[in-house]
Amino acid sequence: MSLTDSDAKIDAREPATSLAAVETPFSRFVADYFESRIATGALAVLVLIICLALLAPLLAPQNPYNLAEVDVLDSRLPPASVGMAGYTYWLGTDGAGRDLLSAILYGLRISLLVGVASCLIATIIGAVIGLTAAYAGGRVENLLMRLVDLQLSLPAILIALILIAMLGKGVDKVIIALVTVQWAYYARTVRGTALAELNKEYVEAARCLGFSHTRIVFKQILPNCLPPLIVVATIQAAHAIALEATLSFLGVGLPRTEPSLGLLISNGFEYMLSGKYWISFIPGVVLLITIMAINLVGDQLRDVLNPRLKR
Amino acid sequence: MTAEAATAKQPTLEVVDLKTHFFTKGGVVKAVDGVSFSIAPGEVLGLVGESGCGKSMTGFSIIGLIDPPGRIVSGAVRFKGRDLAGLAEEELRMLRGNRISMIFQDPMMTLNPVLRIDTQMIETIQAHRDCSRSVALGLARNGLVQMGISSPERRLRCYPHELSGGMRQRVAIAIAFVNEPDLVIADEPTTALDVTIQAQILHEAQQLCRTKGTAMIWITHDLAVVSSLADRVAVMYAGTLVEQGNARDLIRAPLHPYTKGLLGSVPSANRPGERLTQIPGMTPSLLDPKPGCRFRMRCARAAPECNTSPVISMPVPQREVRCWRPLSADQLV
Repeated sequence: MSLTDSDAKIDAREPATSLAAVETPFSRFVADYFESRIATGALAVLVLIICLALLAPLLAPQNPYNLAEVDVLDSRLPPASVGMAGYTYWLGTDGAGRDLLSAILYGLRISLLVGVASCLIATIIGAVIGLTAAYAGGRVENLLMRLVDLQLSLPAILIALILIAMLGKGVDKVIIALVTVQWAYYARTVRGTALAELNKEYVEAARCLGFSHTRIVFKQILPNCLPPLIVVATIQAAHAIALEATLSFLGVGLPRTEPSLGLLISNGFEYMLSGKYWISFIPGVVLLITIMAINLVGDQLRDVLNPRLKR
Repeated sequence: MTAEAATAKQPTLEVVDLKTHFFTKGGVVKAVDGVSFSIAPGEVLGLVGESGCGKSMTGFSIIGLIDPPGRIVSGAVRFKGRDLAGLAEEELRMLRGNRISMIFQDPMMTLNPVLRIDTQMIETIQAHRDCSRSVALGLARNGLVQMGISSPERRLRCYPHELSGGMRQRVAIAIAFVNEPDLVIADEPTTALDVTIQAQILHEAQQLCRTKGTAMIWITHDLAVVSSLADRVAVMYAGTLVEQGNARDLIRAPLHPYTKGLLGSVPSANRPGERLTQIPGMTPSLLDPKPGCRFRMRCARAAPECNTSPVISMPVPQREVRCWRPLSADQLV
């Protein structure tokens, strides 16, 4: 602070100082991020995975949802074997004769969709609740935060299982279950950041400018709470994907007709001990890489966005 | 503009016997305890006093932003004839930033660090009037030009951290003036700046007040600032207004011993090498103050009658002083 002040004084006497070389906060953030090779690699892998998932219908040799394309006689073939129709299954086939490569691409799509959607919805809900709690204070804050405590004190998998048992199967139901178990993390993070921001003078200044409460909360305070929120969102997206895989593995997640990575792993589980490892193993590796990539990106974001770790 | 001319018009703001107390667990802190003054359009009032004497709390009381446990216990704040103390929160909010605005000490803290200058200025305009973004942007640009900011287009696209301290305060003042308010409360806005920038900013703020007819309360502890800027000066001590009057007369011939002490502690060019006089003792606690003159413990002229609270008297025309034994004007010249 004292350093910038003395700079400022020199600058102020010469108001026409060039601003050409000034870096925006965003450009500095980008530069900081790419300082780490691991994080750069993780981001590249993540982008690749997202592209694969988005382009699955174009890339996949087979549509695993179309039963006409699937030949049961080709079931449980090891990787790189040639099927009845003369087609090479590079990653083998699963118990129903589906091409694993295609199934994984489509499964990735569903896993990412569920992870990102639940994470976005939970972020919005958590941010609104956290900001409301911090800004309103008093009883409202107590009530909301005890709700958060209650939510966080119960095991996520248990709540998700109960909810899905009540709601039934389906992509939307799984997303609801994931949002329910995750919003509290966001609410707690945002509240903590917002409480610190509330004590800053710009909030007082905003009040003096006659801004409405909603304007202060969402246009003044929220932008200042985004860095930690982004970090939590990244980590929680990975958690959401893992939790969805867990639910699917337990057979309560997604319907069998739309296999996610978790469901693919679960499909191959029964053949594990008979030596047909690839049916579970390959989707498992893909899931592992996806989650690791997201976590590494999240870690680097945390380091870059945390002002206390700034060199 | 002189005090005589000011009283002829309807004042922009009239504060009558304002009392703002804080009800803490330790007792009642009488932060503002009977403050009265008025300001005419285009006039600059310097509100002077040392730290913790209730200057800022007077400002916050006017704008209606006293947080619990504090509240305005009595008195009136009449803004263009309307009593603000009785106004609903929503009506007050419509006035803030629009008809009355405030400038703070540290511009680094009062500008939102993650929003660009144009966003912050447009927000301020659109919070109070229904206009398109491009119209608001034009007003924002004009605001910066009025504060003497060169290449306003480029500054508008900057973030606060990209600007120098003086530039930031200019932007903060431009934001305060952007809706052309009738009253601006400036809470020590130049304290964090060095003297050359301070002089420029004082000049620009004063020009804005004169041309737009904006009344301004300039809260400061710096008598040098007040003498160059203000038309009238009000001196606060321990929550009360001890003296007010025309800036030139008050500085040349103070009536209250405290004002004299304050003036004596300012280094000035015509007394080089001399020791600065100091006011002995400390500011008394505002927690449950005892009756009697609050300055008597530090006052060289204290007498037995000072144990009862002094009332405001006018020993010289247009000069108010809260003291039983004011210094007479002739005694000092």
